[in-house]
Amino acid sequence: MIFEDLTALFLTIQLALVATMVLFLIGTPLAWWLAQSRSTLKPIVETIVALPLVLPPTVLGFYLLILFNPNAPLGGFWVQLTGETLTFSFAGLVVASILYSLPFMVQPLQTAFESNARQSMELAAMLRASPLDAFFNVAVPASVRGFITAGVLTFAHTLGEFGIVLMVGGNIPGETRVVSIAIYEHVETLRYGQAHALSLVLLAMAFVILLLVYRFNRRAAIHVG
Amino acid sequence: MRTFICLALFFFGAVEAGRAAAETATVAVARNFEPALRTLAEQFQAETGHRLKISSGSTGKLYAQIVNGAPFDVFLAADQARPAALESTSLAVQDSRFTYALGRLVLWQPDGDRLNADALHESDLKTVSMANPDLAPYGAASQKLISDLTENNTFSARIVLGEDVGQAFAFVRTGNAEMGFVAKSQVLSLPLSEQGSFWEPNPTLYPPIYQDAILLNGGSENEAAIAFLAFLRQPGTQQRLRELGYNSP
Repeated sequence: MIFEDLTALFLTIQLALVATMVLFLIGTPLAWWLAQSRSTLKPIVETIVALPLVLPPTVLGFYLLILFNPNAPLGGFWVQLTGETLTFSFAGLVVASILYSLPFMVQPLQTAFESNARQSMELAAMLRASPLDAFFNVAVPASVRGFITAGVLTFAHTLGEFGIVLMVGGNIPGETRVVSIAIYEHVETLRYGQAHALSLVLLAMAFVILLLVYRFNRRAAIHVG
Repeated sequence: MRTFICLALFFFGAVEAGRAAAETATVAVARNFEPALRTLAEQFQAETGHRLKISSGSTGKLYAQIVNGAPFDVFLAADQARPAALESTSLAVQDSRFTYALGRLVLWQPDGDRLNADALHESDLKTVSMANPDLAPYGAASQKLISDLTENNTFSARIVLGEDVGQAFAFVRTGNAEMGFVAKSQVLSLPLSEQGSFWEPNPTLYPPIYQDAILLNGGSENEAAIAFLAFLRQPGTQQRLRELGYNSP
């Protein structure tokens, strides 16, 4: 595997890690709200969260190109803030990944909160724990499996991101040239050897990650049940 | 159910037979030539009754698809190397290759004013888009030009690569790149009010972009494909291509 491919691999893992971290911060309160809420807004928010599952990446990619444009409000704000454009940058890919992987973070968390946490929270409230105290000391420990599933799925899904990156990335080595793009380019230029090498690495990573999730979930289920 | 399928097959068979005189050819076209081809296709279809199905992408990508058995009848590349490579295999018809156009590279800025080569040296220039040099001949030409005109190691940080010259164009058109190396024909395909400013470097500054066409094996007996290649060589068509931003071979 050549140096450029290793750079792409490292960049992809970095992107998946950053996106997963940020999504933990955004997704946890959102999933918590969804699990607790009886608001009429709830189905609308749930729908928005699920949209990236059904929309083609080209739709997201197209809208992001429009939003990231330095003359648009968001793109312009970012240029003022950092001096760089969101398109063609690592930061832009993080934003894209957050949108793209949002359901993979929120949905498992929401399920976990709904199934485990609600009763424990009510108990904790009866014992006069503050809501925040109850959340961190009761709900979170009760939903560890949900957190692990959500984190791993988000990470794995971001590793496989392709369409949006192709549209807003600009294929810059070390910045936006992730593994999926590198593989695409190798295939298009008939460098099948390099395409094989990278594809195999990604396949192995995805297999191991998913295997761990399923193993962990089963063991935990036996343990709990 | 079976009766229905038989009837349906019979019906479609009859429709196909009725169309036999006018055929449909699938054309794989390099992205730079797609706007021009759409203009030409209208005229061709009106004159001959044949129909063209257009499939566009970077020359490199289309080549890879053809090598892997894509069902195209005609290949309009943006270079000579890939059609020539096909000619030496059994995938294309021998001696059907010819140069249909000479590509013209321009540096384009939609909100620019009298753009010239100096724009590449301005210190506040952030992003310049170009096509991927490995996949697109326009990208290879852009790369040669850039390496001759700029200090390559500092300039390369400003370059963003489109998969093909179409994406390089789209990056500029959506305002995400300030300027870009694109095909002149792409800029000319816009309404005059949106063409902005472009600088056309002297063609001696980059390797000439000979764009070759070739009849693929799948199309060797396709009347529409054969007629279209003949149409492409006609002086009238070549004149039209000059208006659309190409030079004649």
